[in-house]
Amino acid sequence: MSVLSLQSVSLAFPVDRDISQTRLVLDGITLHLASDEFIAVIGRSGSGKTSLLNLAAGFLKPTSGRVSVDGVDIAGPGADRAVVFQDDALYPWLNARDNVAFPLKLRGIAKGERRLRADDLLAKVGLDNAGAKNIWELSGGMRQRVGIARALASDPRFLLLDEPLGALDALTRARLQQFLLKVWSDSKTGALLITHSIEEAMLLATRVVVLAPNPGRIVADIPASFGRQLLSGKSLQEIKDSPEYRRLHDGLTGLIHADAQEDAA
Amino acid sequence: MTIEVGIIAPTAPVEIQPDAGKPGRGRGTLPISLVTIAVIIAAWSLASVYGVVSPLFLPSPLIVLKAIYNVAVNGFVDSTLAQHTFASLLRIFAALAASIVIGIPAGLAIGTSRIGKGILDPIVEFLRPLPPLAYLPLIIIWIGIGEASKITVISLAMLPPIILSTAAGVKSAPADFVNAARSFGASRLQVLLYVILPSAIPSILTGTRIALGAGWSTLVAAELVAASRGLGFMIQSAAQFLVTDIVIAGIIVIAAIAFLLEILARLLERWFVPWAAHR
Ligand SMILES: Nc1ncnc2c1ncn2[C@@H]1O[C@H](COP(=O)(O)OP(=O)(O)OP(=O)(O)O)[C@@H](O)[C@H]1O
Ligand SMILES: [Mg+2]
Repeated sequence: MSVLSLQSVSLAFPVDRDISQTRLVLDGITLHLASDEFIAVIGRSGSGKTSLLNLAAGFLKPTSGRVSVDGVDIAGPGADRAVVFQDDALYPWLNARDNVAFPLKLRGIAKGERRLRADDLLAKVGLDNAGAKNIWELSGGMRQRVGIARALASDPRFLLLDEPLGALDALTRARLQQFLLKVWSDSKTGALLITHSIEEAMLLATRVVVLAPNPGRIVADIPASFGRQLLSGKSLQEIKDSPEYRRLHDGLTGLIHADAQEDAA
Repeated sequence: MTIEVGIIAPTAPVEIQPDAGKPGRGRGTLPISLVTIAVIIAAWSLASVYGVVSPLFLPSPLIVLKAIYNVAVNGFVDSTLAQHTFASLLRIFAALAASIVIGIPAGLAIGTSRIGKGILDPIVEFLRPLPPLAYLPLIIIWIGIGEASKITVISLAMLPPIILSTAAGVKSAPADFVNAARSFGASRLQVLLYVILPSAIPSILTGTRIALGAGWSTLVAAELVAASRGLGFMIQSAAQFLVTDIVIAGIIVIAAIAFLLEILARLLERWFVPWAAHR
């Protein structure tokens, strides 16, 4: 089992290109993601969620602190941490299959083999017949599924997802949440999901992390088991009606709300 | 002086989509344009029929048509119209090939590397505003009056738009596209070949279209000065003998070919980058 760790990480951005002046965006973040966990990070806009994910992905370097996988500091982005983007970031010059096969191409895997594995992954995300389709012919939900299949193709130890379902309608979103849960439990990768939705975080994650803004810091890190209950066949309604669900929902809402009031004061 | 702004402005490909996607644009003005052309031809006919202008200076459209036919069948100054046209097209496509082979790597270097930008920016900026005919004599002194000098001059005229549009295309590659590849383990070279280059292709094709336009006008001008075959040469010879109908015929053929090249370039854009319209 692998662990992706952020240890006492802080991140400062320069203010208006003036190097001498900086603004602290993340402060003292310590977070360990094991490869059997599903961590959801919630927090208001601007609390530094994307910055946190970019640090874990290696797109950004921390101002202080360490980002490591199994104790080894990361040198930058790498195939062990595949990212799924909010605006899918699929390559429009490749069809759906070739997008999924892209990480395999990077590793020099032969064309025939790539095709087989890409079709396999497409089937896994429920897009058996969409391989030859152009990206712009796909709906938003299909695109995100292709994006997830593409990330899985790189055979990562961790999936980093930055609001992948944020732009979808409620129905598609609910369907893809279930789908994401299944993909995660089948693939044995650790997942770090950034989301705006308390409900989404609670239904999918094994741990819900709350980020408060200015500077971004972790104010809660709460275990949750609703995803596992869903996987074991319990109905969504039953889960949502349970007192523990309501209690956690109220608690998380209060946390996010509290720092909004603190902001206003 | 900020070179950066100046470099991008004139050729930065803002519109990648073909006009077809914009309702009412091409369709709305086409009938008006056709009427305009008809009126001009009618005025031209009337002017020559009623002798408003001496036929020596302005032969009638019919005579020009006959001249085109005549040059096509019998030729003018040792070559038929097809041979003149072929000579010109050969030069333009040789020059295009040369400037693509040099221009795309140069544009990639400017767009991706500080050192590349530092080295190439001043050269491109020096070349870009120069009228090609200004350096044609120098090139003839250096490499003689043959094909090579003409192709060189045309290439030099075509290079800046290709280099600058490539560099602009490189910079327009979305950060997420690059980051995605890096998170799947792509090397720098793989990012360049598989992400940045394809992202830049719509812009490169637009640059190529602009380059074809610049190259074509340079070509005709270069042939006016130094050639023994080609459409520019044909016009120049005809003008010396005051064969005005062939001069006008040549101008019409040149305009028609430029128009066809433009259409060809747009078709290529649609074939090669159908996704550009969907970005
Ligand atoms: N490249 C950057 N340079 C300067 N400041 C930045 C940069 N990226 C982000 N920030 C700032 O850092 C803070 C956190 O941004 P971040 O994108 O991580 O927030 P977020 O929680 O993902 O917000 P959202 O929910 O809106 O996506 C914001 O105040 C933002 O303005
Ligand atoms: Mg964000």
